[in-house]
Amino acid sequence: MKKDIILCGVGGQGILSIATVIGEAATASGLHLKQAEVHGMSQRGGDVESDLRLSTEPVNSDLIAQGTADIILSMEPMEALRYLKYLAPDGAVITASEPLVNIPDYPDHEALLSELQALPDVTMCDIGSLALESGNARSANMVLLGMAASRIGLVTPDGLREAIARVFSAKGEKVVEANLSAFDMGMAAAERRTA
Amino acid sequence: MEAKRLLLGDEAVALAAIDSGLSGVYAYPGTPSTEITEFIQKDSSARERGVHSRWCTNEKTAMEAALGMSYAGKRALVCMKHVGMNVCADPFINSAVTGVSGGLIVLAADDPSMHSSQNEQDSRFYGNFAMIPMFEPSNQQEAYDMVGSAFNLSEELHVPVMMRLVTRLAHSRAEVERGTLREENRLDPSNDRGWILLPAIARKQYLKLIDKQPLMLGESESSPFNALTLTGEKGTGIIACGIAYNYVKEAGPEVSGILKLSHYPLPQEKIRALAAASDKILVIEDGQPFVEHEVRAILGTGYPVEGRLTGTLPRTGELTPDSVGRAVGKPNFRHFPDALNMAPRPPQLCPGCGHRDVYTALNEVIADYPEARVFGDIGCYTLGALPPFRTLSSCVDMGASITMAKGAADAGLYPAIAVIGDSTFTHSGMTGLLDAVNENADVTILISDNLTTAMTGGQDSAGTSKYEGICIGLGVDPSHVKVVVPLSAKIAEIRETIRREIAYHGVSVIIARRECIQSLKRHNARKS
Repeated sequence: MKKDIILCGVGGQGILSIATVIGEAATASGLHLKQAEVHGMSQRGGDVESDLRLSTEPVNSDLIAQGTADIILSMEPMEALRYLKYLAPDGAVITASEPLVNIPDYPDHEALLSELQALPDVTMCDIGSLALESGNARSANMVLLGMAASRIGLVTPDGLREAIARVFSAKGEKVVEANLSAFDMGMAAAERRTA
Repeated sequence: MEAKRLLLGDEAVALAAIDSGLSGVYAYPGTPSTEITEFIQKDSSARERGVHSRWCTNEKTAMEAALGMSYAGKRALVCMKHVGMNVCADPFINSAVTGVSGGLIVLAADDPSMHSSQNEQDSRFYGNFAMIPMFEPSNQQEAYDMVGSAFNLSEELHVPVMMRLVTRLAHSRAEVERGTLREENRLDPSNDRGWILLPAIARKQYLKLIDKQPLMLGESESSPFNALTLTGEKGTGIIACGIAYNYVKEAGPEVSGILKLSHYPLPQEKIRALAAASDKILVIEDGQPFVEHEVRAILGTGYPVEGRLTGTLPRTGELTPDSVGRAVGKPNFRHFPDALNMAPRPPQLCPGCGHRDVYTALNEVIADYPEARVFGDIGCYTLGALPPFRTLSSCVDMGASITMAKGAADAGLYPAIAVIGDSTFTHSGMTGLLDAVNENADVTILISDNLTTAMTGGQDSAGTSKYEGICIGLGVDPSHVKVVVPLSAKIAEIRETIRREIAYHGVSVIIARRECIQSLKRHNARKS
């Protein structure tokens, strides 16, 4: 059993923390994994992407092959579309709906959303607003992770919650609580959308 | 037994070095190698032991200091990004001639596809040039294991050993199991005259290095890191170097055999054995076609060898599971077309960054000078070449802004302006400034000082709080060393300073100083 996940967004949106939490949960449950990311220049407001591969068997390639990703998990709607080449035919796209416009030629928002909606398996929601509701605008990435929690399969939502507690423990109880609450809101939002 | 840890390739190297009795790491930050030194700086046992881990001014000072630690009998690691090898090439090549005392590993992290670099040069050519053994791990565990082997080999053969990583290993995490821990070496300075490379001694030392070549070859022929597997079927034989092996395994092609290659010099007998069992050889390697060239030489012109040179694999760029899949007859197929509502999102300077104010003011001034050219350098501020600024005309290597501006001024170009960061200036800009001073070149140099090495994540900058002193010490007229604060409220003042210094026909340095917005955030977070 394997799960190949493309994590993407814009530099500074916190996709690497999502990778850290999933990685922590996967290691705790004895899974094999590889997680490739790029540091340096691209982190300055540009597109960023990380390949996360979970498996019950040892993982070979650090990179995901085209047409084989099980999930595209994106902090930004246009960035979700950038990696369609990698999506498997039955792959899921789970993405934030609110655009981050820091380029002059950002596409039309309506057209972008309808292109996303036309994909076979899409879950979208306004993660920024949910994060604000959870009391910590900076935990939007955990809302997104919550949206994907029941779809990862190899790690359970409970495993992810425990991983969040461990990963953020050094930052104090309040930060852990805010991130857990953001995660729960994301899970609930995804359930509402698939119900 | 300690649980496996999830580590970047870089971190696996760092942990292994600590576990192998490292006494010092020497480095200048550079993607994708930075996390090696950062890991050692933060590691509690390395701190307790007092393992040296402060950043060096550049890769050459790093290489020489590491060689000094080796001379004193202790184990040292020097690490850098691939282009750092160019900077330290002189001591690196000569360290093979002097030989080493304490184990010395030179680690180069290559960046095929230039994710954060200006070229994709392949460091294996350097290892070959220096005639020393090289390791090229295929995964994070192997990166850990090879560090111990590399220190052993270095102390056994008394040569530095090179390790080569690529971005996709350096910056990819996987589980790593620790090995046994070793003590550091004791202080034991060498009394060998071989360290003195006067011609008469250097000739002898060079012959010693030549004499060690068969030993190095013997080691790689019997190395557990070079595994030859033959299937008994005829067909294509694959030589998979470093991480290429993972992509081959992922594809699972039908082959006559696979040579997993991770230890150089090339194991010639194993390559001949693979060739004898195959109809042709396909060389799969990340970076430049280094092994492909060598294998052609080993097997002769009659034997078919494919790879990047024959177009079986792309000539440039990093390997991917897709390019390797195609090359071995196991292509992957995409299912969704490219999105219509899509635009490139290039990196850009952060909102609130001081470099922005420097470029805003500079652009306003040079609008009055159509002949002006601004020579750029390596760092976040290279993004001043892109919209909305488009200020820079060049970016070549660390320090080249000052020297290229000087050369252009020598040719008659005016105004010739250089923009260089604080850390880049101390790395390789100071010597060029001395050249400019000695000829009173008509150049205006902007040091955009954000008090850190920002591009690689905010490491200490070697010259912080010393810049005016350095410039004046190198001979710049103190009345033409100006300091401004890059803030939008101060644009008019910066503009006037630049205008006045352009009008001055000699060397002027304008230091635009304000802390990097990212490191400021980190400092504030630490305080609260």
